[in-house]
Amino acid sequence: MQTDTVFEINHLVKNFGDHQVLKDINMTVSKGEVVSIIGASGSGKSTLLRCLNLLETPTDGEILYHGDNVLEKNFDIRSYRTKVGMVFQQFNLFNNMSVLKNCMIGQQKVLKRSAQEAKDVALEYLEKVGMSEFVNAKPRQLSGGQKQRVAIARSLSMNCEVILFDEPTSALDPEMVGEVLLVMKNLAESGLTMLVVTHEMQFAKDVSSRVVFMDDGVIAEDDSPEVIFNEPKNPRTREFLYRVLNKDI
Amino acid sequence: MSFFESMSKVWRIGAKQLFLGVGNTLLIALVSTVIGLIIGLIIGVIRTIPKSRNKFVAFLRKILNFILSAYVEVFRGTPMMVQAMVIYWGYAFAAGGKTLPLIPSAIFIVSINTGAYMAEIVRGGIISIDKGQFEAAQSIGMNHFQTMVHVVIPQVLRNILPSISNEFVINIKDTSVLNVIGVAELFYQATVLSKMTYEIFATYAIICVMYFILTFTITRLLRLAEKLLEGKSNYTIMGSQSDPKAEIHVRGEERRAD
Ligand SMILES: Nc1ncnc2c1ncn2[C@@H]1O[C@H](COP(=O)(O)OP(=O)(O)OP(=O)(O)O)[C@@H](O)[C@H]1O
Ligand SMILES: [Mg+2]
Repeated sequence: MQTDTVFEINHLVKNFGDHQVLKDINMTVSKGEVVSIIGASGSGKSTLLRCLNLLETPTDGEILYHGDNVLEKNFDIRSYRTKVGMVFQQFNLFNNMSVLKNCMIGQQKVLKRSAQEAKDVALEYLEKVGMSEFVNAKPRQLSGGQKQRVAIARSLSMNCEVILFDEPTSALDPEMVGEVLLVMKNLAESGLTMLVVTHEMQFAKDVSSRVVFMDDGVIAEDDSPEVIFNEPKNPRTREFLYRVLNKDI
Repeated sequence: MSFFESMSKVWRIGAKQLFLGVGNTLLIALVSTVIGLIIGLIIGVIRTIPKSRNKFVAFLRKILNFILSAYVEVFRGTPMMVQAMVIYWGYAFAAGGKTLPLIPSAIFIVSINTGAYMAEIVRGGIISIDKGQFEAAQSIGMNHFQTMVHVVIPQVLRNILPSISNEFVINIKDTSVLNVIGVAELFYQATVLSKMTYEIFATYAIICVMYFILTFTITRLLRLAEKLLEGKSNYTIMGSQSDPKAEIHVRGEERRAD
């Protein structure tokens, strides 16, 4: 079933031992939406993304991807993951492979594309993120910003429908944040569905179509950036924004 | 007769025999190290299989892990000399007195012994790989086997290369215990020779030097190989697609990814 709703998350719960990190998360993500997820450290933002990608197994609730429950026993997790890409704070490029190979290996081994096709696709997306000059470089030879752009190209090369970003710029030196955010902004404009955990409030404000504020394992507020940043309804949101925005100055 | 006269006598009579021993020692050590490494890698891959949601598969995995742990513990916890006797004569006992050919037996014994050590080395190597590498591989849909073969094992091999070399050198020395089952490696040849010439001290002094030359040169060679494999960090920036000759060669500094 192909609908405009990409994700429907119902009553999602995640416990780590006795610690309930996600408590009854409900949200829907439609095609083409760019959802920024903000919130204090430890509020469960990463855990939510990791549950969506099934890097963590949710304790309870359901995650529907185009109407199919990804937690069902017979759900094809591997093919699902090719459609839902993930970009990590620490880049996690494959250290033993060149930039080009990083973007090809998944296509060849998982999507079973030919080497030639995989290369063409990889080059196309490396071009898009401005990394086509570095196809032969190894990850250790790249700056943080370059690594993150390659990581984005790696996800795109799988022709994914959604990318989950977990603080993609938090490990970067300040002067490299801009280049990565620019790539992400272009992706957002191209219509890619994106869920972005971020501390970059400017990005959340300018680029996203929706902002989700998480507080202690629940979604405390979920609204347009205008509402969240100008007239938040939840006092916790106001408090949080006041704290982070003033820290920036 | 002086010591040097004794040595030259032994050498004259037995050089050929000793070199044959060196050949067998090297053959057994090399092949067994490679097979041992493969055993270690396979065990490493099996041990890291994520827990299945299927109860039966999870149960099978548990049993397999138990067997593998038992194998590692037993072979690390007993002397190879004893293992050689038990395996060689154990087979003969079970086969009604028929024994296995010696060199293949030797390779078998040293391989599974090395495998037990390699399993631990590989395990350490896998643990030292950043969790993010596994997660990135998973996140693009790779299964456990693909993740291990394409992402993890290549990095593990690079990291454990010094330990692999070390195992090889240890094996060169430790094949000497195989004389108990009569494998014609260097130590066994020396024993035969010393009985022939009655020059016990001179004979063992000679093979002492021979062992040292073997391990010393091989250690240096492997160290050199490690250096080379550690990688050229040079790479080429493709200048332009219309002019493939427009390449800029960048010479990166030698750095280890860690
Ligand atoms: N694997 C784990 N085992 C146990 N507890 C965990 C695990 N992963 C996360 N937690 C806990 O879950 C809580 C939420 O963590 P999470 O990483 O989702 O927060 P976050 O909102 O992403 O924070 P940050 O902004 O610091 O990244 C934290 O208290 C953390 O200690
Ligand atoms: Mg986080």
